[in-house]
Amino acid sequence: MCLAIPGKIITISGQEPLSRMGQVSYGGITKEASLAFVPDAKEGDYILVHAGIAISIVREDEAQKIFEYLEQIGEAEA
Amino acid sequence: MKYLDEYRDPEVARQYVAAIEKITTKPWTIMEICGGQTHAIVRYGIQNMLPDEVTLVHGPGCPVCVTPIEKIDKALEIAARPEVIFCSFGDMLRVPGSATDLLSVRAEGGDVRAIYSPLDAVQVARDNPHKEVVFFAVGFETTAPGNAMAVYQARELGLKNFSLLVSHVLVPPAMESILSNPDCKVQGFLAAGHVCTVMGMDSYAPIAAKYKVPIVVTGFEPLDILQGLYMCIHQLEAGRRQVENQYARVVEAHGNQSAQQLISDVFQVIPRQWRGLGEIPQSGWGLAPAYADYDAERRFGLTETAPDEPSDCISGEIMQGLKKPAQCPAFGAKCTPDHPLGAPMVSTEGACSAYYRYGNE
Repeated sequence: MCLAIPGKIITISGQEPLSRMGQVSYGGITKEASLAFVPDAKEGDYILVHAGIAISIVREDEAQKIFEYLEQIGEAEA
Repeated sequence: MKYLDEYRDPEVARQYVAAIEKITTKPWTIMEICGGQTHAIVRYGIQNMLPDEVTLVHGPGCPVCVTPIEKIDKALEIAARPEVIFCSFGDMLRVPGSATDLLSVRAEGGDVRAIYSPLDAVQVARDNPHKEVVFFAVGFETTAPGNAMAVYQARELGLKNFSLLVSHVLVPPAMESILSNPDCKVQGFLAAGHVCTVMGMDSYAPIAAKYKVPIVVTGFEPLDILQGLYMCIHQLEAGRRQVENQYARVVEAHGNQSAQQLISDVFQVIPRQWRGLGEIPQSGWGLAPAYADYDAERRFGLTETAPDEPSDCISGEIMQGLKKPAQCPAFGAKCTPDHPLGAPMVSTEGACSAYYRYGNE
């Protein structure tokens, strides 16, 4: 039930912080999500959406570390 | 899809498995908290890739599994009323109560609707002003921002025909409950990534220190789980017992603070019954007094009942990591996904259903 999916914000509507909504694309399928809890999110950002509610912005810099980590632990053991 | 597919790369997975094999020298039992992680572990066969020394046990993080039977019975009672439209996440519809389930209530004429978002239930209430619309607000911390938002919106819109049947549960008290059991076998945890996306990691450091267990906040894709396991085993082998974050692409140390703000306005911490585990102090959220008008139990004047649990079901022991599904005498015989005795066989996130579906022993 805690499933959450990353999607890309296509457009944003609404001005009030708690009523901000976005059209979010999930690999081409677009659906509306509440952006109330990601006040810094901009169009083009990737967000994590659970049950129609964005709960986080996906951080690109952190997203690659899972691959760099393998090299790091390899070097540490070498 | 970006941020999903790259975390399912089989070659990188093999490299992580090799790295885990290299550092593992002793037997370790590790529990993943979240049912979504359980599903991924069983679906991708992660347990079978690991060295024999590493045993994964499956935690209580499946809301479908831990929602108490008396709450299901209340849902059934409300949903059967002619003036009610009962809205729920789809996976609650087949959970057996004492006598029946929500799908059967629908078959008998009840207006029971599976919805995608709690905000959809608010829209149903706006569209049906002459009906009472009730949303079954179950779930862990991940689901709370949306459920809080639904009540907040209903109040802003002045809706009088919307209420929540709340059965919210919290992860940290459940972990403490498992660790306090003298028979506990769990030596390390993969904490639930999306719960921590909302709530942050602050609650976990005292648990890691008190019970001397490493806790690694972990995501849901195969590579996330393998990296989380590597980090957890690395700590265990080195004698460290700390909180670490594998899932930093979405989890910040203090979580999502605007979501926490609305949650703390709408909900308050209360004791909660867990199906299979019993009552755990301070382990749930109920509506705060300011939102009491939106409490379906109060609105419909429901009283407590003392339901019968099927005696063959050992889900409580499974969710504490004391037993595996195949050790249950009913597993795959009297209890199957088509005829579940207990909730872990209902939800795809339940350990029993995942084992049955993917054929793990």
